[in-house]
Order: sequence, then structure tokens, then C-alpha cells
Amino acid sequence: MKRTIPLLITAVVGALLVFAYYVPHPAVGGINRKIPDFFNIIAAFAFVLGGGNLLRVHLTKISRRDHEWLYALVTVLGFVVMLFVGLTMFGRDEDGRLGMHPGGDLASPGLVFDWMYRAIFDPCQSTMFSLLAFFVASASYRAFRAKTPEATLLLIAAFVILVRSTPVSVLTGWIPEPFAQYLHLPNLAAWIMSVPNLAGQRTIQIGIALGIISNSLRLILGIERSHLGGKD
Amino acid sequence: MNAESVATWVGALLTLMIFSFLYRDNAFYKFAEHLFVGVSAAYWMVQGFWQQIIPNLMAKLFPRQFESVVEAARGAAPEYIYAIPLLLGLILLCRLIPSIAWISRWSMAFIIGYTAGTNLPRYLVSDFMIQVEKTLSTPLWNPQATHWLDSVMFFVSGLVIVGGVVCGLIYFFFSKEHTGAFGRASRAGIWVLMVAFGASFGYTVMARISLLIGRISFLRDWIESVFT
Amino acid sequence: MSVLERLGSLDRRWIFLLIAVAVTIPLLLERPAPTPPSPIVQNLYDAIDALPPGSKLLMSLDFGPSTVPENDPMARGVTRHALSKDLKLYLMTIWATGPPLIASLMEEVVDAEFPDKVYGVDYLNLGYKVGNQGAIQALTSDFKGQYTADVGRGQMHPSRPIDQIPMMDDVRAIRDFDFIVGIGSGFPGLKEWVQFAGDPEDVPVGGGVTAVEAPLLYPYYPQQLAGLMGGLLGAAEYEAALTADFPRFEGPGQQAQIRMFPQTVAHLVIVAFVVLGNISYFATKRRTGR
Repeated sequence: MKRTIPLLITAVVGALLVFAYYVPHPAVGGINRKIPDFFNIIAAFAFVLGGGNLLRVHLTKISRRDHEWLYALVTVLGFVVMLFVGLTMFGRDEDGRLGMHPGGDLASPGLVFDWMYRAIFDPCQSTMFSLLAFFVASASYRAFRAKTPEATLLLIAAFVILVRSTPVSVLTGWIPEPFAQYLHLPNLAAWIMSVPNLAGQRTIQIGIALGIISNSLRLILGIERSHLGGKD
Repeated sequence: MNAESVATWVGALLTLMIFSFLYRDNAFYKFAEHLFVGVSAAYWMVQGFWQQIIPNLMAKLFPRQFESVVEAARGAAPEYIYAIPLLLGLILLCRLIPSIAWISRWSMAFIIGYTAGTNLPRYLVSDFMIQVEKTLSTPLWNPQATHWLDSVMFFVSGLVIVGGVVCGLIYFFFSKEHTGAFGRASRAGIWVLMVAFGASFGYTVMARISLLIGRISFLRDWIESVFT
Repeated sequence: MSVLERLGSLDRRWIFLLIAVAVTIPLLLERPAPTPPSPIVQNLYDAIDALPPGSKLLMSLDFGPSTVPENDPMARGVTRHALSKDLKLYLMTIWATGPPLIASLMEEVVDAEFPDKVYGVDYLNLGYKVGNQGAIQALTSDFKGQYTADVGRGQMHPSRPIDQIPMMDDVRAIRDFDFIVGIGSGFPGLKEWVQFAGDPEDVPVGGGVTAVEAPLLYPYYPQQLAGLMGGLLGAAEYEAALTADFPRFEGPGQQAQIRMFPQTVAHLVIVAFVVLGNISYFATKRRTGR
């Protein structure tokens, strides 16, 4: 029950979908429509699971008064308020009436949900990601060393890409045609992207594809079972 | 002060709180970080509920009960086959109850089976067969080239693409020792990969700086709104 | 320890400050940087430009607030281009953070610059569907089964069953669209549109991604991907191509080009950091003999 049924489900669903990809018969098309539909619905339940797990972890922290439990309280309050205003679609409709408006557009400007998205979610997520600019600058200064010929080649390629759109590119503006087609910095950058970068990325892509194909086969055939977890 | 300007002020203050981490870790940053975690988890849940669970599950199982919130359910007949994803979805939620968490493996198995079944043919076609085909059919001669340099560079580019892919794949083949000609080909593969990684690094720097420009632009607009 | 060696152990907060200054000062000047389109961006522009009026263009905004500075100018550029060419624009998203972005796109670009365009006739908001690549796959076989209604636009255009919308009359599946534009920043995104829609259904696909993802998609170009905007630079190049053909978009349609100026200054600062760091490293290495 605990291992056999999940393995069977994986095998049947996986095999059906591979079969449906290659067989254009209308009856098989029904499988190709329904299974992704079911997947989409289960994926929505996964969001609910994520929210539930977050509540469980943080409520445990609060009840035990663990280290920095007050921050866990902030998380739970933010979660509960956003969930309430979102599920009830609380806010003002187009006529200015305050109340719950289920079934409307979540991006409607009168909703508290939309306000919290613009005031909290949007700025926080954007700022978190923008911190990376500082860390990449720090890493560039402290860690990127031309210690080997390969590392030097990496840095040269990176420099060409970085300076191609800067005024520094005028340094190669004097190169006469037709050599400028390949040696002028913006053109050199375009060549790097569409030739050696393409070759390197294609290599990685083929390697990853082979890995995914073999792993998918192993999952469908039941050889790979690590996703089932523990001993039971 | 209207809701829009309050939202801008709250956003600006949270932005500065998160930026304060650059000086050192502090209570303001932790507050903003934890608030974001809670709000974003609820955001995903609400979207999943109103965009999928209600219109594509509940309205299909119980159209009469949901026709007031889902227009398309009006007059529709129930589709009882959707009891399957409802059951699997509820089973997935059993993961939260330790004594019966094992049963959520059934739903996970469906998700994994779906992912494996869809990835296998698509990666085989888009990321393997088509890529190999394109590599092997890379032209080495451009009949429309007007200058000798264009012809030479076309040939060199084609050689770099074909040779680069082959040598790169040789580098990743660890079942044979990288010695002799095999080792030299592997070394050439590393050189091509290094150029690709350098290009990726350049683009990554570009991406990160763009995001910072966006935030500073927002802060500039906020400060302007304070003084106007 | 020499000056060069001391530079190697500089407190990183000084580096943070320098980067902040390098971005802020040029941004305040608001000058558009010249960004002639590269071949890969020009190809995307030409592919959309070649579509006859009335063609169906499906644009999926698969990004979130974190990558708005890169992706939003791309979406706006394609929207301006599509509506200027009288294409039918279908907006959707497979990211939960997409709906507000679609809403602001309609409000700030469509309403402001194309007041003659009618919702439900010239453009349509289909909204968000959960399921990542599963959502795309479901659309390839039964578009209306997934999108049973549109999102609507307030009281003027309330949400309607999909069969009541004229723009959806001859749309049954993905292959009924003439072009798919994916604006994305990760998974799911443009790669999934190529794998699950473009390749199996033989529909032309193009789009834009963040600069982090752009190098990874070059293998798909040009057979599987008509063209690609990579990061802010790609967005700026598309804007340059658009304003060359449609000068009326100069100003509001040059946000990416204006942001390229601080971008280029920051690039030069980063290059200087790498060079300085290496000089300091080699100076230390020579002194210690290691």
C-alpha cells in the first residue's frame, strides 16, 4: 500500500502520457486533456499544503517561545490577514461598496488583497532580489581571479559581454570593415553569444536532456524510488 | 493621503528595511523578511484557490452551487470525473497530519508520474534530437558570402559550434580516462564551456544590476512624491 | 602591506556604496542610451512585424515583481508593437504574480496609448492558470476547457464565458494562434512554451527573458525560437527598433533605454572591480612568493 500503489500510479500516469504524446487517436487525446487538468488542480492544492505547513512550523515556534518567536508571530499575522482578505475578496467594488466580493478579479484595485500585494509583496520581493546586485559586485571584487588560463578566458568573455553596450566600445570603433564585423566590441559580443556560447549551452542542454530522459524512465519503470521517502 | 500613497510609503519603508541588511543584519530586516514570507505564502494560496480550485474543480463538480461566482458554471452539467483530482488533492493535504502523512505519497506519485511522462518525450525532442540535428547540420560554407573574411569566419563559426559541442560532450564523458586525443578533445571542450560560462556571468551581472536600478528608480519616485 | 594589497581586503560595504552611487547618479540624469538592435532581437521584431493585421498573438507574462525592471519593458514593447499593427492580443500568465502585471499593462499602455482599442475585440485578458507546464499542455489540446471565462475589466467589461467572446470564436487550441510571445524569468517560462507549445504544435514562438536565462536559450534560436530579448539590453534594443518605425513611442516607450545608461556605468564599475581585485591578488602573490 505504502510503496506499491504510489509506484503503480507513477508508472500508469507516466506511461499513459508518453503513449498519448505519440498516438494522435482522439480517444487518447482525452487522456492528454484530462491528466494535465488534474495535475493543475493538484498543484493548486500544493499551495494550500505549503501554507498549512508554514502555519504549523511557525505556530509551533510561537507556542514554544523559541528563539526569535516574535518574528514567527509577524509571519503568521501577515499570512492570516492576507489569506482572509484574499479568500473573501474583501474591499471596495467599483461602486465603492465595502464588503466581500467573491468571484471578481483579484487584481481589482479596490481589494485589500491587491493593496497588500502592491504595498508588501511587490516591494519586498523586488528588493530581496535587488540585493544580489551588491553581492555580485562584492564577489566580482573578492573572488574572480584569473588564476588559470581557463579562468582568464572566462573573464575575457565576460568583459566583452559587459562592455559591449558601454562607451568603452568606441575603443574598437576605428577597426575598418570587414574586420569590424567580427572585432568591433558589440559585434564580437554577438559572435560570442551565437557561436561559442551556443556550443557550450547546447552541450549542457544535451547533457541535462539525457539526464532527465534517463531519470524519467527510471521513475516510470519504478527503478528510482527515492521520492517515496523513508523505510515504510 | 489615499490608499495608493499609503501603499507607496509602506513599500518604500519596507525597501529601506531590507536594504539595511547591507550594513548589517538587524531587527528591521528580519521584520520585513518574516512579513514577506507570511504574505507571499498566503498570496500563492489565494491565487491557487480562486484561479484553479474554484473555477476548474468545484464549479465543475457542483456547477449549480458555484454559478454565482463562476459564470461559466451557469447551466452546466456536473463532471463527476473531477472527483479524482479532488480526492488526490485532499490526500496531498494529509501530509500535514503525521500519523497518515504516508498516504500523501499517492498524490506525490501522480505529480511525479505526470512530470516524468511529460518531460521524457519533450526533452527528448526539443533538447536532444533537435539540438543534435541542428549541430550535425551546421553549414560550414556560406554561398552568399561576398568577402573572403565572411567565408572564413562562417567556416570557423561552424567548426566552433560542431567541434565545441562534440568536445564539450567528450569532457562530460567520465567512463573513459581523459588521455591522449580524448584528453585533448576534452580540454578543447573545457575552453568552449569557459567562454559560455563567461557569457553567462556577464549576463548575470547585467540582470542583477537591472533589478537594483528598478528599486532605486522606485525610491527616487517616492522621494519626489514627498517633495511635490 | 602595500596599497594594492590592502585594497584586496577592503570592507565590502564600501563596494556596496560604490555600486549604489554608480547606479543612482546616472539614473537621475534620465538619458536614453543608444542601443541598436542585435540580430537576435531584430529577428523577433521582424517576425512580429510580418504578421498581417488581425493575426492572433498570445502573450504570456510569466514573471513577478522581482524581475519587472527587465521583463516589463519587454511586455510593453511587444504590446505597443502588436496593437500598432492591429494584431489581436491575448494576454495570459502561468505565474501567480502575473495578474497584477497584466492589469497594469492594460491600464498604463493599452488605455493610455490605444484608447481606440476595444476590450474583447482587440485585446483580451485570460488571466492566470495554475499548473506550470501542465497549464501549457492543457491549452494545446483544449484551450476553452482551461479558460472557461476571461477575467474581464471592471463593470464596463465583466467576466464572460469564453464562448461569448468574439475574439475566441475560432480559438480551440494553441495551434490556432499565429504567434506566441513568452515574457519570462524562470520556470515555467519561455523554455516551456518552446517545449510544450512551439515544437509539438508547430506555432512560432519568441519572447524575452531575464539576462540570467538568456544565454541558456540560444540553442533554440532560430529554428525553435524566432527571436529573443535578453535582459534589459534586449528590451532596450526592441524599444530602439520600435521607436525607429513608430516615433510616437519616443519618451514613454524608452524606459529600458533610459535605464541602460546607469546599467552601462555599473558594468564599467564591475569591470574595474574585477581588474583591481586581480591586481591586488597578483601583487600579494608576488610579495609572498605564493
